[in-house]
Amino acid sequence: MSSGTMYLDGIACWSPTLVDWDSARAAFRGEAGLLDPPARRPAPELLAPTERRRAPDTVAIALEVAARAVAQAGRTPGELPSVFTSAHGDLAINDYMCATLVNEPMAISPTRFHNSVHNAAAGYWTIGTGCMQASTALTAFLHSFAHGLLEAISQASIEQRPILLVAYDIAACGALACVTASRGMLATALVLNPAPGANSLGTLTWTLQAGPAVPLQPVSAAARSLQENAIADCLPLLECIANPEGDVLLPLGDALALHIHWKAQHA
Amino acid sequence: MPVPISPLQISAYTATTACGPGKAALLDGLEHERSGLRANDFSVHPLETWIGRVDGLESAAVPESLARWDCRNNRLAWMGLHGDGFIDAVRSARDRYGAARIALVLGTSTSSIGASEQAYRELDSDGRFPEYLRSSIMHTPHSLGDFVQRVLEIEGPAVTVATACSSSAKVFAQADRLLRLGIADAVVVGGVDTLCGSVLFGFNSLALVSPQPCRPFDVARNGISIGEAAGFALLERGSGALNLLGYGESSDAHHMSTPHPQGLGAERALDDALARAGLGTDAIDYINLHGTASEKNDEVEAALIARRFGPTVHASSTKGYTGHTLGAAGIVEAAISLLALETGIMPGTVNTQALDALCGPQIRMRSAHGTVRHALSNSFGFGGNNCVLVFGRGVEA
Repeated sequence: MSSGTMYLDGIACWSPTLVDWDSARAAFRGEAGLLDPPARRPAPELLAPTERRRAPDTVAIALEVAARAVAQAGRTPGELPSVFTSAHGDLAINDYMCATLVNEPMAISPTRFHNSVHNAAAGYWTIGTGCMQASTALTAFLHSFAHGLLEAISQASIEQRPILLVAYDIAACGALACVTASRGMLATALVLNPAPGANSLGTLTWTLQAGPAVPLQPVSAAARSLQENAIADCLPLLECIANPEGDVLLPLGDALALHIHWKAQHA
Repeated sequence: MPVPISPLQISAYTATTACGPGKAALLDGLEHERSGLRANDFSVHPLETWIGRVDGLESAAVPESLARWDCRNNRLAWMGLHGDGFIDAVRSARDRYGAARIALVLGTSTSSIGASEQAYRELDSDGRFPEYLRSSIMHTPHSLGDFVQRVLEIEGPAVTVATACSSSAKVFAQADRLLRLGIADAVVVGGVDTLCGSVLFGFNSLALVSPQPCRPFDVARNGISIGEAAGFALLERGSGALNLLGYGESSDAHHMSTPHPQGLGAERALDDALARAGLGTDAIDYINLHGTASEKNDEVEAALIARRFGPTVHASSTKGYTGHTLGAAGIVEAAISLLALETGIMPGTVNTQALDALCGPQIRMRSAHGTVRHALSNSFGFGGNNCVLVFGRGVEA
C-alpha cells in the first residue's frame, strides 16, 4: 500500500471554546480547559468590510484557521494551493434556500445563493488573499477530513510543493436538523510540506491501510466536547499532534483508512 | 510551470444528457445540431426559462436495496451508469485490480439538494421531514459519491468534488494524482447534477437565467439555460486509444460570481494544462468552451481564445444542446471532446444566430467534420474556480 512523509509547517484550530492552536493543544493534552463563556465567531479580516459582515459562518471560521496556519508556516497565502473540505458546507444557507423556495422562490438572495456553493470558503480565501493557485472543495460525509488530508498529501507529493488544507463544519439548523447531525462550529487548518524546512513542526508519516477501520476515539474531554460536529474526524489527528508522538487511524470508508504516525520535531 | 505528465488512458466513458441516454444520443444531437432544450416544465413555481431536462427520471426509481439514496440526482446517476456498458467496464476493472484498488472521484454542485427542497415542501405537523425523506445521506453533498460507490461495489477512496461548475472537470486532475501516487490502479471519475429549485431560482436571482434557449457567444445573448446530466469515465495508467494528456487548475482571486475581467485565472489554467500535456496551442484542433451564454463569461472567454489560439482551431460551446449542466458540465464536455477525437465531429454552437464581434474566427456556429488530434475543454465555476483539460488520441497498448 502507498505511504510517504509530509512535514507539518503550520496548524490552526478554532471552535467557540478553543479559539487558537495553543489553547486547543493544551486542552487536548488535558492541561487546560475550555473557554468559558464561549467566543463569538471570528471576523474574517481578509474580506472587505461589507463582505466581512455578511460572510457565512463557514467562511468566517475557515478563513480564520487558514490565515493562522499559513502565518505559522511563514508563508504568504498567494503561494499555496489549497484543499478545502467540509461534510455539509454551509448548513444555515441550505436551510435558508430550502425554506425560501417553498413559498417565495423569487425572493432568493443572490448573495446567499452564490455563497451556497460548497467552494464558497475556498473562493473567499483566494479572493481575500489574491491567491490564483489551484483550490478545491471536497466532501466525503463523515470522512471529509480524512479525504481532504489524502488529497492535500497527494497534491503536495505530486507537485512537490507545500499546500494548505482547511476543514470545517457548522451546526445544522431549521428542519434540516432532523436528519443532519452536526453541532457547534469547528475548523482546523494544516500547512503540509513535502520537504523539511525551518518551520517544520514535525513529520506526518502516512500509510494507506486496507480492511475495516476502527477509528481511535478522541480521549480528552476537550476533543470529546467537539465530537458532534460533522468534521470531527479531524479530532484524533489534532489530539495526536498535540502530543510529541503518536499514531492515528483515520477511516476513509468502510474498508480503507489512512494511518498517520506523528512525530514532533523536538520529540 | 508544471512539468509534462504521462498520458492516462480513458478506457470507458458515457454521458446522459437532455439529448438522450448515452453517447449515441449525444453524438446524434451534436452532429445534427439538435438542441435538447425545452421550455421550463420542471419547477414547482413557474419560471420563464428553458431547461435541459432528462426524460424518464420520474419513473426510474433505484433498486429497493438502495432506497435510502432514491432521489432525482441519484436516479440520474443510476441511469447514467447504465449507459454505454459503463458498469460492465468497471466490473471488468474490478476483476483485474480488486475493488480496493479502484477509486471514485465525482463532481456535483446540486447533489441531491432537490430531495431536501422536497422535504421542506412536505414537512409534517412537527416541522420534521416526511418519513420517506429522512435518510441523512440524502441531504448532504456526498450523497452522490456514496451512492455510486455502492452501485459499483468499489472500495478505494471515494470522494465528491464540489467546486460549482468546474467540479467534474477537476475530478480528472484528482484522479491523475491518485494513480501517480499509487493510491489506486483505476479511477472512476464523473459528475451528476439535476434540475432543482435552488439552481433555477438561484441563478434567476443573479439575473443570469435566459427566458429563451441560451445563445452562447451571440451578440444578443441574455443568460444561461440550466440543464441536468450524468457522465462517467474510467481512467487507468498507460496510453490507450483515448487519453487524458493534461489539466490545469487555478483561481481567479476576483469575485464569487463574475469572472476575472481579463480572464487571467482561466489563462493560467490553460497554460498549466498545455504545459502538462507538453503541447502548444497550435496542437489543439477542437476546443469545447465553457460558453454559458452569460454576458460576462462569454466576453472574457472569447477574448482569451482570440488572443491565444490560431484561426484554424474549431471552438464551440455545447450549452445550447445540453443546457449548462453545472457540476456535470466538466464530464459532459469531456465526453463531447472525446467523441470529437473518436469521430472527427466538432459540434457547432447551436441556437446562436449572430456571433458577438468579440469572437475570433475560432468560434464556430456550425458543426464540422475533420481530424481531431487534440481536444481541449474549459470549465469555470463560481468562486473563480477554473479547470482546463486536454485530451488526445493515442496508440492502443
